[in-house]
Amino acid sequence: MLHIVNKSPFQTSTLQSCLDHALAGDAIVLIEDGVYAAIRGSAVSAAITEAKGRVTFHALGPDIAARGIAPEKLIDGVASTSYGGFVDLVAEHQTNQAWL
Amino acid sequence: MADVRRFLYINRKAPYGTIYALESLEVVLIGAAFEQDVSLAFLDDGVFQLAKGQDTTGIGMKGFSAIYRALGDYGVTKLYVETDSLVTRGLTLDDLQTITFEDENDGYAEKPSIIPVNKAEMAKVMAEQDVVLSF
Repeated sequence: MLHIVNKSPFQTSTLQSCLDHALAGDAIVLIEDGVYAAIRGSAVSAAITEAKGRVTFHALGPDIAARGIAPEKLIDGVASTSYGGFVDLVAEHQTNQAWL
Repeated sequence: MADVRRFLYINRKAPYGTIYALESLEVVLIGAAFEQDVSLAFLDDGVFQLAKGQDTTGIGMKGFSAIYRALGDYGVTKLYVETDSLVTRGLTLDDLQTITFEDENDGYAEKPSIIPVNKAEMAKVMAEQDVVLSF
């Protein structure tokens, strides 16, 4: 399953709900305001770090750049992906679930 | 001449994911023509609006972060930023862009527009206003 999260984790509890429902081997891609969850040292970093063992995290590079988040500010283990990479992720997974 | 009123524009949402941040700025610019005592508050996800280095080329949206730097020219010189909100989000004041205004009452000396405040101080700023507009 590919989970797609597009809202800031500081604005809604959507990311937490996604983490609570993602199973081992799933992938989560952060897009739009969702990329804010990838900033290291925030109130949600522990939740992401804890989940890293179970699921793989990706974040959409253009959305990261648009928001002025420098690459070195990202949590280790959250891979920055391009739009092409996003398409590949969707194609690689049997199902995708958009958490709005 | 009518009394000058204190206007506070509250920004609590991140830029680009929704239109609130841009709409708020546009209302501020329009309202600046009325020469009231205007302040802007950035708290919760609103602090993300002031992050430096915003490059929107990849997402096909017009970047508007430069407009914050022009606010001083419109007489908007008080940008309150809640430091608690920065900490929660893994940010520091260094992650924000430098925004200044020229103080006409002090030989046009360049001064910082960003005023860091904690939650309690922000609450006081809010309580002192005549008109509060939220975005």
